Amino acid sequence: MHDMSTHAVQHHAPPTSFIRKHVFSLDHKVIGKQYYALALIAALAGMGLSWLMRIHLGWTNAAIPGLQLLSKNGAPGGVMTPEYYLQLMTMHGTIMVFFVLTTAPFAAFGNFFLPIQVGAEDMPFPHFNMMSFWVTFVAFVVLMASFFVGDGPTLGGWTQYAPLNAVGAVAGPGQGLGVVLWATSIALFCVGQLLGALNFIPTTLDLRVKGMSLMRLPLSAWAWFITSCMGLTAFAVLMPACILVILDHVAGTSFFVPSNTVINDQLLPHSGGSTLLWQHLFWFFGHPEVYIAIVPGIGIVSHILVTNMRRPMLSHRVLIYSMGALAVLSYMVYGHHMFVSGMNPISSLAFSFPTLVITIPSTIVVLIWVFSLYGSKLRINSASLFALGFISMFVSGGVSGFFLAQPSIDIMLHATYFVVGHFHMVMGVAAMFGIFGGTYFWFPKMAGRMMNETLGKIHFWLSFVGTYCIFMPFHYLGMAGNVRRYSTFVDDFLQPLIPLHRFITVAALLTGAAQLIFVYNLIHSRFWGKLAPDNPWDATSLEWSTATPPPFDNFGGQHPVVYHDPYQYGVQSSTGDYVMQASPEQVKTEHEEK
Amino acid sequence: MATTVHEPPQIDPHRLPDPRHSGNGGGRNLAPADGDLRVTLDYSPPPSSTGIWVVLFAITMMFAAFTSALIVRKGSSLDWQTFTLPSILYFNTLVLLASSITLEVSRRRVAAFMGGLKSQVESPARWLYITLFLGLLFVAGQYVAWSQLSAEGLYLATNPSSSFFYVLTATHALHVLGGLGGLIYVIRKLSKSALRRSALVATARYWHFMDVLWLYLLFLLWMKL
Amino acid sequence: MAKFFAVTIIVIAILSAIPILRHTWVAPEDISTHGRLIDEQMSETMAEAGISFLAAQFMLAVFIWKFSNPGPTATIKKFPGGAKGLVVAALLVVGVEVMALGIFGVKAWANVYLTPPSASAMPIQVQAGQFAFYFRYPGPDGKLGPIHPELINEGSQNFYGLDPEHDTDSRDDIVTAEMAIPVNKEIHLLMHAKDVGHSFYVRELRVQQDFVPGLDVSLHFTATKVGKYEIVCTQLCGLGHYNMKAYLNVLSQQDFDDWLKKEAAMQ
Repeated sequence: MHDMSTHAVQHHAPPTSFIRKHVFSLDHKVIGKQYYALALIAALAGMGLSWLMRIHLGWTNAAIPGLQLLSKNGAPGGVMTPEYYLQLMTMHGTIMVFFVLTTAPFAAFGNFFLPIQVGAEDMPFPHFNMMSFWVTFVAFVVLMASFFVGDGPTLGGWTQYAPLNAVGAVAGPGQGLGVVLWATSIALFCVGQLLGALNFIPTTLDLRVKGMSLMRLPLSAWAWFITSCMGLTAFAVLMPACILVILDHVAGTSFFVPSNTVINDQLLPHSGGSTLLWQHLFWFFGHPEVYIAIVPGIGIVSHILVTNMRRPMLSHRVLIYSMGALAVLSYMVYGHHMFVSGMNPISSLAFSFPTLVITIPSTIVVLIWVFSLYGSKLRINSASLFALGFISMFVSGGVSGFFLAQPSIDIMLHATYFVVGHFHMVMGVAAMFGIFGGTYFWFPKMAGRMMNETLGKIHFWLSFVGTYCIFMPFHYLGMAGNVRRYSTFVDDFLQPLIPLHRFITVAALLTGAAQLIFVYNLIHSRFWGKLAPDNPWDATSLEWSTATPPPFDNFGGQHPVVYHDPYQYGVQSSTGDYVMQASPEQVKTEHEEK
Repeated sequence: MATTVHEPPQIDPHRLPDPRHSGNGGGRNLAPADGDLRVTLDYSPPPSSTGIWVVLFAITMMFAAFTSALIVRKGSSLDWQTFTLPSILYFNTLVLLASSITLEVSRRRVAAFMGGLKSQVESPARWLYITLFLGLLFVAGQYVAWSQLSAEGLYLATNPSSSFFYVLTATHALHVLGGLGGLIYVIRKLSKSALRRSALVATARYWHFMDVLWLYLLFLLWMKL
Repeated sequence: MAKFFAVTIIVIAILSAIPILRHTWVAPEDISTHGRLIDEQMSETMAEAGISFLAAQFMLAVFIWKFSNPGPTATIKKFPGGAKGLVVAALLVVGVEVMALGIFGVKAWANVYLTPPSASAMPIQVQAGQFAFYFRYPGPDGKLGPIHPELINEGSQNFYGLDPEHDTDSRDDIVTAEMAIPVNKEIHLLMHAKDVGHSFYVRELRVQQDFVPGLDVSLHFTATKVGKYEIVCTQLCGLGHYNMKAYLNVLSQQDFDDWLKKEAAMQ
C-alpha cells in the first residue's frame, strides 16, 4: 500500500458469471453495447409513435387496428383522440431526443470506442459507468411506464412548457402523474449522463497511452470529449429544473405557476410563479442538447469519411476547433427559442447574433469535408454513403437555421412545420445518419462480424430519398403557416395543405419500413454475418490495431504506443496506402497544415 | 492486414521520469517525432483528480441553476416573504468548517503514515472518524433547522422563500451525505490498507467544496430571504 | 453507385428548390403596415439560404462523382489553398453575409417590437384560455374594468371575471368571441392569459406573440385590408390546441362602429 499511485485504474479481471459479464458489466464495451441496444429499442418505439402520428395527421378519422389495446380512452375503436395524439407526440419527441439521439452516438459508440481510441484499458470509474447505463435504463422504464398508468403520458410536448407542466391534472390527460413521471425520468436521465461525462472527460485527458497527444486523438474521440463537456453543463441545469417541476406537483410549491390561473372556472391555489423561468432553464439545456446530438455525428462522420477518402482531412485542427466553437456558442444562443415568448425584445436581438455566428463554424466544417473530397480516392460503402448523406442533410437542415436565427422572420415561422422540418433534418435525420454510418463502420469491431453491404446500401437509398420526401415538404408547410402540434387541421387555411400531409405520411411509412431492413441486417449479421478481420477498412486508429472483437482489456495485456497522427492515409508503407497510429514504421508523410 | 500490437521500442530507463508520478501510461503534451519516446513526458494525473473537478463543476452548475431560479422567481412576483434564518445554521457552519480542518489533519496523518511512520497506524483513521461525526452532526443540525422552521409554520409550499430554503439546503445536505459516503469508502480502504492517495485527495477536495458551497448558500439565503 | 448518388443529390436539390421558386406554398398576402419589411427580409434570406444550399449540394455531388472509386494509378491531390483558404472564405463570405442579414433584420424586428404604440392606438384586450380567445373593448369610457379571476365562469358567460356591480369601469366593457377592428387604424392589443401559455398568430398580419401567464404583454399593428382572417393558437396549450381559433374581421370604420354598437347591445 505504500506504492499507491502507479496505476490509477485497477486492472480488473474479466468476469465469469453471466450477470457480471452481460448485465451488470463494468466493461465499457459491454456498456456501450447496452446503450446501443437501449437506443435501438427506443428508436423503434419512437418510430412507431411517429407512424401513428403521421397516419392520424393524414387521415384523422382512420381507425388504426390495435391502437385501442394501447389505450382504451386514448383511442376508442382505434381512432386517436386529439389528446392522445399530443401524448404520443410528446413521447415521440422525448424518446427520440433523450433516449436515441443522446444515447446512441454519444453514450453507445463513445463508451465502446473512446477508451480504445485513446489506448486505455477501460474507463477510469467502471462502477459509475455501469450506474450510468442502469440509471438511464430506469429512466427509460419510468418514461414508458407513463403509457400504462393513470390517464397516460403527458401531452405537453418534449419541451414541457410551464405552466402547462405544473398546473396538474386539471389541464388535461397526463398532466398530473404523466408529468411527474416525465420529469422523474428526465432527472434520472440527467444523472446517467452526468455519470457518463464523469468517465468520458478523465478518459480523454488522463488515460491516453504513450504518444497519444491531444492532437493525435481521432476526430470521433474529440467529438465525444467535447460532447461530454457540453453534457456536463447542460444536464446539470436540466436536473434542478425537473426537480422544481416535481415539487410544484407533489409538494404544492409555486415555482412555475403564476397567480390568478383559472382552469375550468377554478382558481388554482398556486401563486406568483414564473413561466419564463422554465423556458430559460429548459433552453439553457435544450439548445446545447441539439449539439450534444449532432457533434458526435460530426466526429463519427469525419472519422468514417477520412478513412474512406484515403487521405487526411484538409485540416484536423480546424475541424476540432470548429466543434469546440459550436459547443461554446451553443450556450450563448438558447434564447432564440424564445423570440416570441414575451422575453425582452432587446434580448431577442442579443440572442440572434451569436446564433448567426454559429453559421461560421458549421460552414467551416462542411467546407473542410467537401474540399477534402477533392482529389481523394473515395471508397463507396454503406458507411461512407451514410457519412456523405449526413453532409447533405446537415447542409439542408443548416440553411433553414438562417431563417430561424432572425427574430423578425421567426415571427412568421415560429411554431410552424418549418421549425419541425429544420430540427428533424439537422438533429434528427443527420444525427441518425451519423448513427447508421457509425454502425456500418464499427459493427465489425463491436460484433466481430461484417454487416451485409447490399442490404446496407438498399437501406441507405430508401432512407436518403425517403427522408428528403418527408422533411423538405415540412419546410413548405411551415412557410404557408402550418402550425405544429395540431392533431387535426380544422382551420380553413390548413385545408389545402392536407394533400401534402398525406404525401408526407406515405413517405414516412415507407421510410420507416426501410428501417426494418436495417434492424434485420443488424440482427442477422450479429449471428450469421461473415467473420470480420481485425482491420476491414484499412483504417489507422487504435481500435483497428487490436483484435476483433477486442479482448477484455482492449489490447491483450499490452499498452499500445502511438507514433503517428490519427489519419495517415495516402502514404507509402508496408501495409499499403496507410500507416497505423500504433505502427512504429517510419514513413514519409505529408505534414498536415497546423 | 496490419499487425495487431507492436513491441514497444527500447528505451533508456535512466531517462524515464519517476514512475511514481505516472498515471495509467497517460501521455500528455507529447510530440514524439519519429517514435522517439525519450523526449516525451510520461506523466498524467490520476483520473480521479480530473474526475473530482468534473463532479464539482456539475454541482456548481446545478446550484447556479437554482440560484438563477431563485433570483428570477423573487423578481417575478411580489409574494416573496422574508424570514429570519434559524440561528442553528451558524452553529452548523462552524461544525462543517471544523470538519474540514479535521479532514486536513487526517490527510496529513495519512501522508505521514504512508511515508512509513508505522507507529501512527491508528491515528489517521481516528481523525477521519471525527470528520465523519462532524459531517453527521452538520446534517443533523440542518434537520433541526428544518424542524424549527416548520414549527414556525414555514413549510416547503408556504412561500417561495421557504421553498427555496428547503430545496437549497436539502440538496446541499444530500451532497454532504454523498461526501460522507466518500469518507466511509476512504476509511474502509484505509483499514484494508488499500487506500489510494488520489481517492483521499478527491474526497478531501469534495469535502472542502461542500464547505465553500455552504458558505455561498448561507450568504445567498441571508441576503435574499 | 457513386455517380448515381451524385445525380440523386443534384436531383433532390433541384426538386427541393422548385416549389420555392414557383411559390407553390407561400404565406398569404401581407395586410399589415409592418409586414413588408418582414417579407423582404424573408426573401433576402431565402435567396442567400437557397444559393448556399444549392452550392453546397452541387459541390458535394460533383466531388463524389469525380473522386470516387478511382483507378489504382490515381494519386491524392490537395485542394489548392488548403484549409486556410476555406476558413477565410467562410469567415469573409458566409460570416459577413449572414451578419449583414442579421443587421438588416434588426429593422424589421424593431419596427414591431421596439416602437411604442401611438397614443391614438385603439386598445383591445384579448384573453386566451383553454381553448378559446375572448376579446374585450373598453366601451365609451375608454377604460377596461379590473379582472377578478375568482369570478370567471364560463357557464354564466363571465369569461373575464368582471364585476359590473362594483366596478364602474367594467359596466360598458364589450366582450366578444370575434375580433373586429377598423381598417387602417392602429390597434394596441393587450394580451392576457387565463390559464396556460397560448399564442396569437395571424399569418396575414405577420403577427405571432405568446401569451405569458402572469405577465401581460402587448402588441400593436395596423391592418390595411378589409377582410376576414383566422387567428390561431400556436403555443401547445392542451388537448384542444388544434381547435383554438377565432376570426379577425377587418372592417371599414363605419362597419366597425355598427358592429361594436350591435355587440354592446347584446351584453
